[in-house]
Amino acid sequence: MGQVLVVTSGKGGVGKTTSTAALGAALARGGDKVVVIDFDVGLRNLDLVLGAERRVVFDLINVIHGVAKLQQALIRDKRLDNLCLLPASQTRDKEALTEEGVAEVITELRTKFDWIICDSPAGIERGATLAMRNADAAIIVTNPEVSSVRDSDRIIGLLDSKTVKAERGEQVEKHLLITRYHSARAARGEMLSIDDVLEILSIPLLGIIPESQEVLRASNLGSPVTLNNALSAPARAYFDAARRLKGEKLAMSVPSESRGILNKLFGRKAA
Amino acid sequence: MSSAVRQRQSLMFRARSYMAFAITPQAPIVDWLAELDTSLERSESFFSGHPVALDLSSVNLSAAAIMHLVENLAERRIRVLGITGVDPAIEEPGLPPILRGGRGPQMTAPEMPKASTLVVNPAPPPRQQPSSLLIETPVRSGQSVVFVDGDVTVLGSVGSGAEIVAGGSVHIYGTLRGRAMAGANGNSRARIFCHRVEAELLAIDSYYKTADDIEESLRRGPIQAWLEGETLKISALN
Repeated sequence: MGQVLVVTSGKGGVGKTTSTAALGAALARGGDKVVVIDFDVGLRNLDLVLGAERRVVFDLINVIHGVAKLQQALIRDKRLDNLCLLPASQTRDKEALTEEGVAEVITELRTKFDWIICDSPAGIERGATLAMRNADAAIIVTNPEVSSVRDSDRIIGLLDSKTVKAERGEQVEKHLLITRYHSARAARGEMLSIDDVLEILSIPLLGIIPESQEVLRASNLGSPVTLNNALSAPARAYFDAARRLKGEKLAMSVPSESRGILNKLFGRKAA
Repeated sequence: MSSAVRQRQSLMFRARSYMAFAITPQAPIVDWLAELDTSLERSESFFSGHPVALDLSSVNLSAAAIMHLVENLAERRIRVLGITGVDPAIEEPGLPPILRGGRGPQMTAPEMPKASTLVVNPAPPPRQQPSSLLIETPVRSGQSVVFVDGDVTVLGSVGSGAEIVAGGSVHIYGTLRGRAMAGANGNSRARIFCHRVEAELLAIDSYYKTADDIEESLRRGPIQAWLEGETLKISALN
């Protein structure tokens, strides 16, 4: 049975879609069968970040409404054939999602994949609540600043009350992923420190993704950062996070560009 | 700024308790009404002027039947202020409001808390005794814990945008970043204790201080707050 993960944050623009694509690709690279689902009906992006926007025929809403079969809507990644995308509809809105329809799709995907990663839209409305509804575990994406942290706190409250697991009296496993972290700015007090964020949210840390140009570059090329430049600092941080998701115990560190293997090689050549 | 800020008069919310008779109809209703008539003949003014709560826990009536019963009572000059002992799902326009959270021998089971609003009313104790609510998890932004029957103790933190409303005192062993309101039903002796205050608002019996009114020297430290007359006082707890 596959595990259902929701990537959520409450606040927009913190890196949910980037993280969904990067972690999905990282898990798929490790050999697991992975499907990423875009729940941002009407404002889909995951197809762009995965470079699959030209191959979308059917989408999640079509499957829910019985217009298409699940197999027809799944788009296989060109680089990794064990990574699939279930895109959102761009022409509909979140009202087109139904609780029963989503549950059915997730149940079917559980039998076919090891990981089902749901990319939640921002907000706490229908799209976001349905994305988290069937989750076994949640990745809460947070930037080290106060508004993002408070929104994450709100989302954690919803994960503890509005999910199927919570209603059964169980706990949705929660992982904190801090993105766009800039060590120098945190040291100058311009950002919340990791300790501050952990103190406020009090959930276990999955990883710290450093702020990097590589993320934007990869998105514009339509490639998850973990595939586009696997040795870059953010990619290494995502690979570590993926290994922690699979239960490995790794020391927490913030990879930095200057210590990259490639940079070291180039550094020597230049010298 | 140590002098307290008086609450503006425009908005005062207080939960209050009032005494009311609760009458408990028995099936069959027709016989019970006849019985009632006999009693009323003996003391005609017994119910007049007194609002009455209708406890329907020993009968099983549809909404229409309840409405019919309320009309029958109105004919006997008995005014129903609310009904209790019914399934909350029965609520519909035209019916008297459903009373919840009352103390009585036949109170209904507490309603399940709504998704993000945690409204806790404990099952009635056999005897009226001090009650308290213990919350062992953090209270997250957007969550609201309302407990009018006594003290609330939170072992974790209360997030920014979360609130605790207690009839008695509020005790928070983590950091209070949201709001704490003690003495919500008019108890001016209630207090707020917290291990670390970064609160947005502290209130006791509807007198409040916002974050700006809390002295800087007290912030991020352990405090207690209490009411002296109409002044909300805060001091460090050492």
